[in-house]
Amino acid sequence: MTFLIDRRSNPRQKSAVNRQRFLRRYRERIKESVAENLRGRQIAQDGRGEKISIPARDTSEPVFRHGPGGRTTHVVPGNEEFTRGDRIPRPKGAGSGSGPGQASNEGEGLDEFVFQINQQEFLDALFDDMELPNLTKRQLSGLEEFKRVKGGFASDGAPSNISIVRSMRSATARRIALGAGKRTELRRLEQELEALDDGEASLEQRADLEQRIADLRERLARIPFIDDVDIRYHRHIKEPIPHSKAVMFCLMDVSGSMDQATKDLAKRFYILLYLFLSRNYDKTEVVFIRHHTAAKEVDEEEFFHSRETGGTVVSSALELMKSVLEARYSPTEWNIYGAQASDGDNWPNDAVRCTELINQLLPLCQYYAYVEITDAGNKPLWQTYGPVREQWADTFAMQHITGPGDIYPVFHELFRKQSA
Amino acid sequence: MSAQSTVREPLSTESDWTFELLQDYEREIARIADNFGLDTYPNQIEIINSEQMMDAYASSAMPINYHHWSFGKHFLSVQNSYRRGHMGLAYEIVFNSNPCIAYLMEENTLTMQALVIAHASYGHNSFFKNNYMFRTWTDAESIIDYMLFARKFIADCEQRHGVDEVERVLDACHALMMHGVDRYKRPYPLSLDEEKQRQLEREEQLQQQVNELWRTIPIPEAADGERPMQRFPEEPQENILYFLEKNAPLLEPWQREVIRIVRKISQYLYPQRQTKVMNEGWACFWHFHILHELYREGLVTDGFMLEFLQYHTAVIYQPPFNSPHYSGINPYTLGYSMMQDLKRICDSPTDEDRQWFPDIAGSPWQETLDFAMRDFKDESFILQFLSPRLIRELKLFNVENDADKDHLEVTAIHDEWGYQAIRESLSASYDLGNLEPYIQVYNVNVRGDRALTLRHDMHNGRPLERENAEEVVRHLHQLWGFDVILESVSDDKVMSSIVHSQLASTEA
Repeated sequence: MTFLIDRRSNPRQKSAVNRQRFLRRYRERIKESVAENLRGRQIAQDGRGEKISIPARDTSEPVFRHGPGGRTTHVVPGNEEFTRGDRIPRPKGAGSGSGPGQASNEGEGLDEFVFQINQQEFLDALFDDMELPNLTKRQLSGLEEFKRVKGGFASDGAPSNISIVRSMRSATARRIALGAGKRTELRRLEQELEALDDGEASLEQRADLEQRIADLRERLARIPFIDDVDIRYHRHIKEPIPHSKAVMFCLMDVSGSMDQATKDLAKRFYILLYLFLSRNYDKTEVVFIRHHTAAKEVDEEEFFHSRETGGTVVSSALELMKSVLEARYSPTEWNIYGAQASDGDNWPNDAVRCTELINQLLPLCQYYAYVEITDAGNKPLWQTYGPVREQWADTFAMQHITGPGDIYPVFHELFRKQSA
Repeated sequence: MSAQSTVREPLSTESDWTFELLQDYEREIARIADNFGLDTYPNQIEIINSEQMMDAYASSAMPINYHHWSFGKHFLSVQNSYRRGHMGLAYEIVFNSNPCIAYLMEENTLTMQALVIAHASYGHNSFFKNNYMFRTWTDAESIIDYMLFARKFIADCEQRHGVDEVERVLDACHALMMHGVDRYKRPYPLSLDEEKQRQLEREEQLQQQVNELWRTIPIPEAADGERPMQRFPEEPQENILYFLEKNAPLLEPWQREVIRIVRKISQYLYPQRQTKVMNEGWACFWHFHILHELYREGLVTDGFMLEFLQYHTAVIYQPPFNSPHYSGINPYTLGYSMMQDLKRICDSPTDEDRQWFPDIAGSPWQETLDFAMRDFKDESFILQFLSPRLIRELKLFNVENDADKDHLEVTAIHDEWGYQAIRESLSASYDLGNLEPYIQVYNVNVRGDRALTLRHDMHNGRPLERENAEEVVRHLHQLWGFDVILESVSDDKVMSSIVHSQLASTEA
């Protein structure tokens, strides 16, 4: 008695729970590894998950086993030249309890336990206990995209949308309605005809009745089987698809004082922000604005790599952001995030203009984060933004970054879950 | 069989399998296996994909298992090496239950499917059903029920006590899993219902019995000091998990049940660890003979046989010790060669065979092989049946590694003086008692601090691997709840010890 069963279509991922248990147990380690992996990642790189490696000894399951030492005898195949009593110098490094060739069973093995996690798990690990502030405000407002849903029936439409069942149903109804009177008449005449006796007297009357019956039959047959008025069409209506969209403005100072290392730090910050936003929104767009004395919208490559020199006028970038916002990203549809990175230099006379602009921008933004990448404290821009922070405590935040190690903590600080 | 020796049409000529073809092959293989007198459980053959195969790997082929992070880890590591091409997956996995469940990979060719059906569903299957180790220690009827019970129970515990709490107990139990095996007692098979009912009874009863350790009422004789110091337990106990389940003072009833579950599973897998060589040898021997019989009857083509022989020789290849592919003795080679050698000794014994195996030389081979399969495990099988001729074929030799000397010594080779020694040391190398450290519960300080002392009997002076041992002792301490001392003993002298006390653990 044998059963042959095709199990291939069984639900996948029988081990999913065990896998989650594992990830849960090593959450701290995985978070470390994820933070490490952030180096060298493209901003808008769509993730296919991450390779995680954690120290193997942390995940080992201990059991009692023999250590090196003592006396052991191994049986080994493939003798070619040895005879009894031969002495073999102890192989270097394998002077342990394991004899020739058996080292692979014991020993250290790989130092790292390496495995893949998917994009979702990666982001979960990365943004664990962080949240976007003010998220709910404009979340479900994108209205320009629609999907077609069935919406009952209509009496006009395209032939491809004809509903056969509905059409036939109304045709039947029409035929019943139009023929009802005639059929009653017909039945009456037929009864009369049967009631007549076969005598000579009724011969004429019989011919008359037969004629009228034939007429009625013909008129009944002329009622059309299906008519234009019977045809019904499936109706489709457009329904707006609610979804959330976010746009992220990356503003960066590229003046002479910003060197490549500083830009790298800024880039890592932007990457984090991008990943974080794309986790929360269906669609995330990025606008890159760089500025020195004048601002310019550029693509990612140019944003991070081109070199410029000159002074710094921060307001130029804010102004450009404002005009892009007005032109392309209506605040009723988009969740708007601003992230500005700078070494903190600004042209002194620009401060007033900056404050003015940022005060106009902030009501439109969900959140605006400013990171100052500098070793020295309190540069001009920091001082300009100081009062802004007090006024817009909900939407405006700023932090100092001095080195790569700060980025994740600072990011974490900026988007820390607000305790209720 | 001679009646059927008329040549028939081949079952198939292409290499892709279909369910119809698998059924055809299975039917023919079943017929031939029956002619050879193989006694098997009913078969349940399941076709699975690679991911499901990795699932099966991760849960030691158990069709059902409770959840634990270590299975997830195992799965991830298999998945990782598989994806990077570091390892291939097995062609099949077979699980010892009734019906006998064999998982076949969908990627296999038709030839391979026929091979693994013969190998797993008839070879392994008949071994599971008839070998004394399996008959003694496993109950194929109720294992699935038991695993259902275990999974449900552990899930319930997680609900009630939290995943972390359960995980801590399971971690500790897994560390001691190899030391949760009875070697000499017949377990009583239980069905799911019985198991449930008895679990409830046990809970109450056990909790009362634990109080033995807590006894504060003085025993009269003890008061006058004449009674000799009595140890608890009176005899050393090697089943550490069993001892903890019954005697650890601080455990909750559900924790005892969790220990019991791990212990039961360990016990179930115990025969497999001891019959690897025989089990694989038996299965290889039979797939070889069954497929050859198919060929003799004309049911398979020459191409089929060539493909089969290529797989077969790859499976039973034994690289010599100086080859880069060498990683110990291949159990498939050893087992298969010994089974074939037994047949040869029966069919055409030489003088040497008559001298070494007077009772089986020239006997009917099917009976002799059947006897060998039923009543031995790897250790005794090799000790009994490894022939000088096979030792010569495999060119086996003994290498002694004594940590006190600065060289290795070849103590025996495949010659007249070496056969017996090689046979003994090869047999010993399959004795679990030598492979795993021998550790027993030695004493509990019943009158004092309830410290638990375990003793490691140092076989041939081999010490414990310290780092691992310390970890395991920490787990032990967690289950026992009081100080734990592990002593390594050689010639009644304590050579080294690991102490895990409550004070030390708070410092660490």
